[in-house]
Amino acid sequence: MANSHSNHPAHLQHHFVSSEQQFDAAKMGMWLFLVTEILLFSGMFVAYVVYRTWHPEVFLLSSELLNPFMGGLNTLVLLASSFTVALGIHYAQKDNKKGLVINLVLTFLFALTFLVVKYFEYTAKFEHGIFPGAAFDPHGVSHGVDYAMYNVPYAKQFFSIYFVMTGIHGFHVLVGMGLFTWITIRAVKGEFSSEYYTPVENCGLYWHLVDIIWIFLFPLLYLM
Amino acid sequence: MSDSASSSINYLNNDKSIKSWLFTLDHKRIGIMYLIAVSLAFLAGGILALLVRVELMAPGETIMSADAYNQAFTLHAVLMIFTFIIPAVPAVMGNFVLPIQLGAKDVAFPRLNLASFYIYLLGACIALGALVVGRVDGGWTFYTPYSTSVGDGVLFITTGVFVMGFSSILTGLNFIVTVHKMRAPGLTWNRLPLFIWSIYATSIVQVLATPVIGITMLLLFLEKFLHIGIFDPALGGDPVLFQHFFWFYSHPAVYIMILPAFGIISDLMGTFSRHQVSGYKFVALSSVAIAFLGFLVWGHHMFVSGQSAVSSVIFSLITYLIGIPTGVKVINWVSTMYKGSVQLKTPMIYAISFLFTFSIGGFTGIMLGVLAIDIHLHDTYFVVAHFHYVMMGGNVIAALGGLHYWWPKMTGKMYNETLGKIAAALVFIGFNLTFFPQFIMGAQGMPRRYYDYLPEFQSYHLWSTYGSWVLGAGLFLILFYLIASLKSGKKAGLNPWGALTLEWTHTTTPPNPHNFEETPIVKRGAYDYHLAKELFASGGEVSEVVTSGK
Repeated sequence: MANSHSNHPAHLQHHFVSSEQQFDAAKMGMWLFLVTEILLFSGMFVAYVVYRTWHPEVFLLSSELLNPFMGGLNTLVLLASSFTVALGIHYAQKDNKKGLVINLVLTFLFALTFLVVKYFEYTAKFEHGIFPGAAFDPHGVSHGVDYAMYNVPYAKQFFSIYFVMTGIHGFHVLVGMGLFTWITIRAVKGEFSSEYYTPVENCGLYWHLVDIIWIFLFPLLYLM
Repeated sequence: MSDSASSSINYLNNDKSIKSWLFTLDHKRIGIMYLIAVSLAFLAGGILALLVRVELMAPGETIMSADAYNQAFTLHAVLMIFTFIIPAVPAVMGNFVLPIQLGAKDVAFPRLNLASFYIYLLGACIALGALVVGRVDGGWTFYTPYSTSVGDGVLFITTGVFVMGFSSILTGLNFIVTVHKMRAPGLTWNRLPLFIWSIYATSIVQVLATPVIGITMLLLFLEKFLHIGIFDPALGGDPVLFQHFFWFYSHPAVYIMILPAFGIISDLMGTFSRHQVSGYKFVALSSVAIAFLGFLVWGHHMFVSGQSAVSSVIFSLITYLIGIPTGVKVINWVSTMYKGSVQLKTPMIYAISFLFTFSIGGFTGIMLGVLAIDIHLHDTYFVVAHFHYVMMGGNVIAALGGLHYWWPKMTGKMYNETLGKIAAALVFIGFNLTFFPQFIMGAQGMPRRYYDYLPEFQSYHLWSTYGSWVLGAGLFLILFYLIASLKSGKKAGLNPWGALTLEWTHTTTPPNPHNFEETPIVKRGAYDYHLAKELFASGGEVSEVVTSGK
C-alpha cells in the first residue's frame, strides 16, 4: 500500500483508482442530486398546476399583485450569475486563478442582489397583509391599487404557493452563497487547477439548476 | 493459511477506539452501525406490535385504553416503516456487501455515507420526539385533514420523516454512482451479483421518489403550522391531492422495501443450489422493470378516494402488470433449485420460506388491485395481512436470510446452525399463524385499525395473537444465539457457504480494512459454478483467499 501513495496527486482519495474516476463519480453524483432537486420542486409545480386549473381567474387576478419589474430584474441577475459561474469554470480549466476568484465573487454578489430584491418584494407584500396561510388578509392602498379587492376565495392558495415556491428557491440561493464562499476561499488558497476543479464544476451545476428553477417560476407566477 | 489470514488485521480490530467507530468512513463499519440502529428500531416496533396483538385478544379493553391503542399501532407503523424497513437492507447489507461485491475499496462518497447515518439518527430522534410532545394516532399515512387537526406530535413525525428522507436519498445516490463507476476490472453488468442489481434498482427508486415525500411532508408541516390551505378542505384545500402526493412516494417506497429482499433471495438461491441462477438477465432486469412500473401504480391505494373512474381502471391495469416481472423472479428462483445441489443451511431455509410467504403476499396484492374486490376489502384486515405478507414475509424473512448468510463475514464467527434452523421454523410458523387468520377475518369484514370488534371475530384474533408470540419467540431466539456467537461462536472460514461472489472469494474473514490486498480481476459471473473448479477440487471448502486472477 505504502509505495502506491507516493505518486498520488493530493486531491485523489484513496478509494479511487484515478483522478478521472474520482471526477466522473463526483459529477454523476451531482447530476443525480440535481434530479432529486427537480423532483422536490415538481411537487410544488403539481400543486400550482392543480390549483391553477381549478381557479384560473383567481390566479390571473392575484398575479397582478406581483411586481414583474422586480421579478424581471431578478431573472437578469440570475442569468448573469449563471454566466459568471460558467466563466469561472472556464478560468479554472485554464489555470487562471485570478479570473476564477473574480468570477466566483461576482456570482456571490449576484446571488446577494437576488435576495435583496426578494427581501423588498416580500416586505412590500407583508405591509399589505399578504402572508402565506391563516394570516392572509390583504388591505390598504398603494400606487392606486386597492389590496382589499384581491381578497377573494383561493387567492390565499395562490400566495401560499407563491411564498412556498419562492421561499424554498430563495433558501437554495442562500445555500448557493454558502457554497460560493467556501469555494472562493479554496480558490484563493490555490487549491484548484486544470488538474482538479471538481467542486467548482459541481457548484456551477447546482447554480445552473437554481437559475433554471427561477426561469420557470418567474413566468408562471408573475406573467401568467 | 486460513489461520494466518483470519488472525491478521481486519476492519474490526485495526482500531478499537470508540472515536474510530463514530467517525469511521469505512462502509463496513457504517453498515454495522446501521445494523445496530435498525435492530433497535425493529425491537421497539416489534414490542409495540406484541402489545397491539395482546390488546386485540378480546373485544373491548384488554390491556390499554382506546387512545393508547391508537397511538401504539401508529407508532408501530412509523417505526417499522421509516426507521426500520426502508433503511434495513440497503443501509445494512448494501453498505457492508455492495462495495466488496463490486471489488471496490469503498463506496464512491464515504463521507456522505457517514453523513447519511447521522442524518438517519437525527431524523429518528426527531420522530421519537413525538412521543414526548403528544399523541400521534392517525396511522402512518398522515391523511389530511385529520393529521393537521390533531396534536403537535404530527409535526415531529413529519419533520423526522423529512430528515430521514435525506439519509435515504444520499444512500441511494451513493450506491448508484458506486455501481456505475467503481466496478472491478472484468466485472461487467452481466456478471454482477443479483444483489447488486436489486440494490441498484432500489437506489433509483430512493433517489426519484424520496424527494416527493420530502416536499409532501414540508407542505403538511406548513399546512399545520401556517394553515396554507393546500390540503385542508376547511380552508379550500384538497385532501385527495395529499393522498396523491403521499402515495406517489409511498407506493414506490414498498419497492424500496421489497427489491433488496429479491436481491438477497437471488444470491441465496444461486449459492445454496450451487447453480447458475436461471434466467439471470430476466431476474436482473425484472428488478429495474419493477422499479419503473412501481412509479405508475400509486392510485391503487385510492380506489375509494373519489379519484376518477378512468384513472382507477388505468392504475388497476398497471398494478396487474407488476405481477409479470415479479412472477418472472419467483419462477426463476424455483427453477434455480431444480437440478441444483440444494444445501438446506439456515439462510436457504429462509429463502424457501420466502417463496411461500412472499408468493401469498404477491397474489393477494393482485386481488386487491381488482377494482370491484378492492371496494369490499379496502381498509380491512385483508389489507393488513397482505401488507405484512409482503413486508414481513418478504422483506424481513429475506433480511434474516441475508443476515445469517453474511453474519460469518461480518463478525468472523459462525452461529449455532441447529438453533438457527429451529428459529427459522418458529419464525415461519409464527408468522403464518399471526397473519393468515387476518386474511379470513378481513374478507369477512373486520376493519383494520379498530380497537373494538364483534365477538365472532375473536377466534381469529386469538390465533393471530398466539402466532405473534411464536414469531416473537423465534426472533428473540435469533437475537440470543447471534449475540452468543460473538463470544463463543466457532471461527468462520473464508468461504463457509462455497459462494462465488467477491466478498467470499477475494477477501479475508472478517474483511481487510481496505477490502482487498489488490484490486480483484473478475473472470466469471457471480453464479458460474461450472467455471469454479477450485471450489469443487477442495470439496466445497475454500481455504485460500484468491488474490488475483483465477
